[in-house]
Amino acid sequence: MSKRIDVKDLNVYYGDFLAVEDVTINIEAKSVTAFIGPSGCGKSTFLRTLNRMHEVLPGARVEGEVLLDGDNLYGAGVDPVTVRSQIGMVFQRPNPFPTMSIRDNVLAGVKLNNKKISKGEADVLVERSLKGANLWNEVKDRLDKPGSGLSGGQQQRLCIARAIAVEPQVILMDEPCSALDPISTLAIEDLINELKDQYTVVIVTHNMQQAARVSDRTAFFNIAGTGKPGKLIEVGDTHTIFSNPTQKATEDYVSGRFG
Amino acid sequence: MTATSLTSTQGAGRAGDKIFSGAALAAGCLILAVLFGVALFLVVQAIPALTAPAAEIQGGEGFFAYIWPIVIGTLIAALIALVIATPIAIGVALFISHFAPRGLAAGLGYVVDLLAAIPSVVYGAWGAAFLAKEISPAYNWLAQNMGWLPIFQGPASATGKTILTAGIVLAVMVLPIITSLSREIFLQTPKLHEEAALALGATRWEMIKMSVLPFARPGIISAVMLGLGRALGETMAVALVLSSGALTASLIQSGNQTIAAEIALNFPEASGLKVSTLIAAGLVLFVITLAVNMIARWIITRHKEFSGAN
Repeated sequence: MSKRIDVKDLNVYYGDFLAVEDVTINIEAKSVTAFIGPSGCGKSTFLRTLNRMHEVLPGARVEGEVLLDGDNLYGAGVDPVTVRSQIGMVFQRPNPFPTMSIRDNVLAGVKLNNKKISKGEADVLVERSLKGANLWNEVKDRLDKPGSGLSGGQQQRLCIARAIAVEPQVILMDEPCSALDPISTLAIEDLINELKDQYTVVIVTHNMQQAARVSDRTAFFNIAGTGKPGKLIEVGDTHTIFSNPTQKATEDYVSGRFG
Repeated sequence: MTATSLTSTQGAGRAGDKIFSGAALAAGCLILAVLFGVALFLVVQAIPALTAPAAEIQGGEGFFAYIWPIVIGTLIAALIALVIATPIAIGVALFISHFAPRGLAAGLGYVVDLLAAIPSVVYGAWGAAFLAKEISPAYNWLAQNMGWLPIFQGPASATGKTILTAGIVLAVMVLPIITSLSREIFLQTPKLHEEAALALGATRWEMIKMSVLPFARPGIISAVMLGLGRALGETMAVALVLSSGALTASLIQSGNQTIAAEIALNFPEASGLKVSTLIAAGLVLFVITLAVNMIARWIITRHKEFSGAN
């Protein structure tokens, strides 16, 4: 249940401002693709176009195609709600629903669109999702306690459990570890390694070591200057990008010689 | 450096602190003093009425027999107002905060605030001169078709000056309070929580159910309670609109009375024990309002664990 994403000539706008220019990239199924690049280069903005979360902001729009196994996400008649239920997302800061228990947080996406689920099925799903997010052993005795009472790292894994509970094709992660301590970060990175057996994972990260540790392929984004659009400079196997990139800008960035 | 650099204080910097904390303390104490003064006044002035022989109180059956029908009347009028105003107010607030295009939202918010700026006597005049007349055919219809319900028992008032009309006028008056407070709360919903819902594949309405309403719940309760406070205490509008009388179950006959209107209508000509009786009625209203606010606080704190504040 994982699909590949092919992006063709995508331009991303905030109103009239071109934020990301002309991205063409292929994201393989059942692999981890990392987006790296300096702040403001548009990698998070681009990530949000992959599940149509970009257009939640007023005035935001895109031109071009994003194909999920050949189906254009931006085609006529495509409902963004359906897109988002197939392409899950984990955010920079953990955001479990504060008024819901741990159990209800996991089930939040499943219960949407008036879907009914029996208690037995729900129990199975909660356990499977929390185990999938490596959180089950820590929370199995307090499923009815609020999700906001967990530590930051546990909350982020709860958000991952919530995302995988709806069995998406793809999971997008927008700097999922940037608000976490090193131990929690390690737990999430281990989890990403397991997730790629079943899902297509795309992760944005500021941390190049993290990209090198978790990803199979890496895409480097850069920006020429303030007010200019971000661009995809280079994409390739993570090993190649970090050891033998074809572009000078990539080499400068990954070796730390970046201004 | 010597030890004096640690122990000696910088005069100028500390003076501002002291003045500010003194002023804040004084302001806090002033509120308590005013509240205590009002409560003390009400209690002292009410004692003659509470201790007087039953036969001397208006109605001749004692203070309790005098007060309970108008307590019920007050609660009925306020309840009608809230039942009508709350859903409309939440709907309008949601429309302004999450559905309307940005230009329209600003204009609409301004119009709602304008509603709050209309003096209550104007609402009263409108209710008495216009709404009561226009709405009485509807009361006749209710009496004929829904008359088997005690609250719609006929014959309907010919003038339309009933407790239901008063409740509707009160609803219009509390609407802007509940709307603008709810709107502020809705706008404060963390983007992160809204996006969490949307990213799971929630529709806009599901996003509101999952993230906006739970976040706003304590705020909505506070807003409704403030509205209730105004509805309970509103005097002029009820005094003008309601053709008062004895307590009746039917909302579409004339009758019933609220505490605030009872005080306003009778106070100018009252003397002696009658003044005491009216002040005692005021004390009862004060206690009701206090109880309402305490219940609201209790409801809000009951769900603290799940409020996201931890």
